[in-house]
Amino acid sequence: MFLPGFTFKKNSIIPGFGLTMGFTMFYLSFLVLIPLSTIFINTAGLSLHELWGILTAPRLIASYKLTFGTSLAAAAVNAVFGFIIAWVLVRYSFPGKRIIDGLVDLPFALPTAVAGITLTTLYAPNGLLGKFLALFGIKAAYAPLGIVIALTFIGLPFVVRMVQPVLASLDKEIEEAAASLGANRWQTFSKVIFPEVVPALLTGFSLAFARALGEYGSVVFISGNMPMRTEITPLLIMSKLEQYDYGGASAVACALLIVSFLLLLVVNVIQWWHQRRYA
Amino acid sequence: MGKKEISIQENLSTERPLVRWLLIGAALLFLLVMLVIPLAAVFIKAFEDGVSLYLAAVTEPAARAAINLTLLTLLIALPCNTIFGLAAAWAITKYEFKGKNILITLLDLPFAISPVIAGVVFVFLFGRPGLGPWLDDMGFKIVYAIPGIVLATIFVTFPFMARELIPLMQAQGTVEEEAALILGASGFKTFWYITLPNIKWGVLYGAILTSARAIGEFGAVSVVSGHVRGLTNTVPLHVEILYNEYHFSAAFAVASLLTLLAVITLLVKSFVEGKRQNDKIQI
Amino acid sequence: MSIEIANINKKFGAFTALQDINLTIPQGELVALLGPSGSGKTTLLRIIAGLETPDSGQVSFNGKDIADKSIQQREVGFVFQHYALFRHMNVFENIAFGLKVRPRKVRPSKGEIEDKVQELLRLVKLDGFAKRYPGQLSGGQRQRVALARALAVEPEVLLLDEPFGALDAQVRKELRRWLRRLHDELDVTSVFVTHDQEEALDVADHVVILNKGQIEQLGTPEEVYEHPKNPFVYNFLGNVNLFHGRVQDGKLHIGSLEIDAPEYKDSPNAEAISYVRPHDIEIARNPGEGFIPATILFIRSVGYSVHLELRRGDTEDFVEAELSKEQYKELGLKTGEKVFVKPTGLKIFVPEDYSI
Repeated sequence: MFLPGFTFKKNSIIPGFGLTMGFTMFYLSFLVLIPLSTIFINTAGLSLHELWGILTAPRLIASYKLTFGTSLAAAAVNAVFGFIIAWVLVRYSFPGKRIIDGLVDLPFALPTAVAGITLTTLYAPNGLLGKFLALFGIKAAYAPLGIVIALTFIGLPFVVRMVQPVLASLDKEIEEAAASLGANRWQTFSKVIFPEVVPALLTGFSLAFARALGEYGSVVFISGNMPMRTEITPLLIMSKLEQYDYGGASAVACALLIVSFLLLLVVNVIQWWHQRRYA
Repeated sequence: MGKKEISIQENLSTERPLVRWLLIGAALLFLLVMLVIPLAAVFIKAFEDGVSLYLAAVTEPAARAAINLTLLTLLIALPCNTIFGLAAAWAITKYEFKGKNILITLLDLPFAISPVIAGVVFVFLFGRPGLGPWLDDMGFKIVYAIPGIVLATIFVTFPFMARELIPLMQAQGTVEEEAALILGASGFKTFWYITLPNIKWGVLYGAILTSARAIGEFGAVSVVSGHVRGLTNTVPLHVEILYNEYHFSAAFAVASLLTLLAVITLLVKSFVEGKRQNDKIQI
Repeated sequence: MSIEIANINKKFGAFTALQDINLTIPQGELVALLGPSGSGKTTLLRIIAGLETPDSGQVSFNGKDIADKSIQQREVGFVFQHYALFRHMNVFENIAFGLKVRPRKVRPSKGEIEDKVQELLRLVKLDGFAKRYPGQLSGGQRQRVALARALAVEPEVLLLDEPFGALDAQVRKELRRWLRRLHDELDVTSVFVTHDQEEALDVADHVVILNKGQIEQLGTPEEVYEHPKNPFVYNFLGNVNLFHGRVQDGKLHIGSLEIDAPEYKDSPNAEAISYVRPHDIEIARNPGEGFIPATILFIRSVGYSVHLELRRGDTEDFVEAELSKEQYKELGLKTGEKVFVKPTGLKIFVPEDYSI
């Protein structure tokens, strides 16, 4: 419709394209694209020198390391346990399975602030679980380990919910075929089942990682927010904003945003790769 | 020969019992520590100082004001996002057009973006670095006021409905709509009598997810709220203030309301889930 | 209502679904659009209905172009391949839908709708099923509800997309006879799409054979079966044996065989393909004029007639033959025996690609 021979939309007899598409684009532009663009506009106001200075300040570098490290650790823990939980929920039957299946979504439903104060209370040196860890000289709350615990909590459902349907849809026959060809159970698992689940596992891992990078509510309580030691990047955006350092806030936000976009791209590439291979 | 067959059979159906119980044990222990203990802890802490203090904490004026603000926010965000979700899902599933994948990816953005950024963008747009001064002159206040809280909440919750409806409507296809149109139904009647009844469980499911997030959102709302007690505090922000002021029992009392709501959400969700899955199956 | 289709073209991306289709369907006829999958038959039906828009060309009802009529205004009845019943409505509500959504001014009263639906339920033999939901019906019952729903709005054109495609063999046969009777009772022009040649030949007044987006032949079932216009039609309408050969001076040469082909007397030496239906293959114990030696590979004597698979002695090609039970007994044939076959009723085509 814009150029001869180029049609934006295929003909369809179903009415309402203009209305629904128009509303969708209006809503997205007003609510998402225009607000997001302010970050880039504010960042563009900085000189490269300023930008570099802000982004490489020692306090920020420390926060990058902390945020990345703890997010990666939490996503890895979730990949392992999420896979086991999904496996157990799909393959085995045991009492209370349905309740546990429903409970897996709790981190999605529970406000992050509630998760934050609860985990902090539990893992504080005098808390129920913190006391136990203290016996071994391990400090959880107000230390990086506490951040990993909080991020594990909020990222838990991603891997389970990505892997679960894939495991459930696996054809039992391919396992039987593998077994009939002489593979033992471990070989069947590692060579037949696991490769089928890898894309879903990677997607779940990336989503949990992306979510952890940006997480704020549950972490601010348990981390203690000590500069250079337990201060996460999103918190630094917040404190720059509170000090009216808009340039600094936008620069850090911009950096975080770009990392998020890249992760979103990774997730899409994984899914595209998977579809191309198997669909 | 007979014995060998049996061992293959066992091999096929599942792992050895020891492996099986180890895996189940690992999964349950992990869930116990990560989910069950924290869940129980909220209620234990909430009632630590007795029922009367609990009731006082959840009925004091600041708590009531926070609950009202949260409900008001939900009351605006939910209908907006429902209409958006229906429109976006209709446009995406009923037509073929260029750039559809980009649009779908855009819908995922809030999932990938830090809630802090979701708040920051509205400060940049409507606060001092953006339209703030001009809005002040006009007598409007968006950031550090209720409109900002509503906008930030809409931002973080807008994809839930659309993400729920798109796969559902994709699975249902367009053939029932075609049948209705050919029988003479108008576009609106087709939507109202055919599409909507087919996706009603999906809409309900999306509404549950949207509500849960809208009520519980902390990061984004924290940025745009002025933290004015009794004025711009939502329930999660109220919990934060109580906690930071060392009113632990009161904080957990209010938190227990949110937790109860989360548990109810999970229950309703698993009830609706089955029905919504049925709608996906072609008859 | 007659349907005229003129110069219709339709592409989906790079794929040509329909190419310059011209077709007239007279009032009151039952016409089959027959072709393999991808031949464009369903697209043509959907264009008539208004579900698809052609890239060019026009569709007219009773000589009036309906291009600017919306799908709602065309008032055609359409039966979808998988029925497209409204899953959340019961049988009654499904059938009544087309009447209920009419604008208030032309909407029948509640009582009238009720009567109409009951009448249709009787017509499709589903009285007593009004309160059932589509999920509770068998395939054949859903099919009849879909038909009743389409008929409720009293269309003058009834379009059916693979109406029996999703049903099992027994129900298919019953339903198609019933559809024929129904069509004769109603004053309606019907077009249905099928890939099953038996179905098309059995039911339709006229058969339109489509292939790769073009009409290969149009005619009565007898015409297209007895006088196929080209190899595709011949091939498509039942089992055939293929004989590669040459035509020269009014004779067809197939291996050692020479057959008169007066219609090619003037054509130059050219490669030719000839087709013979299995039941036009004669089998004899002894050699004779026009017979070729062959070996019996396989005999299937289940059913009404006996099927034989043979291999020609001269070219090693396979030949399929069909005999009646009596002939088979008379000859006393066994697997592995050497016999003689004679193709009769040969249909010769000189492929245009091959001629110089």
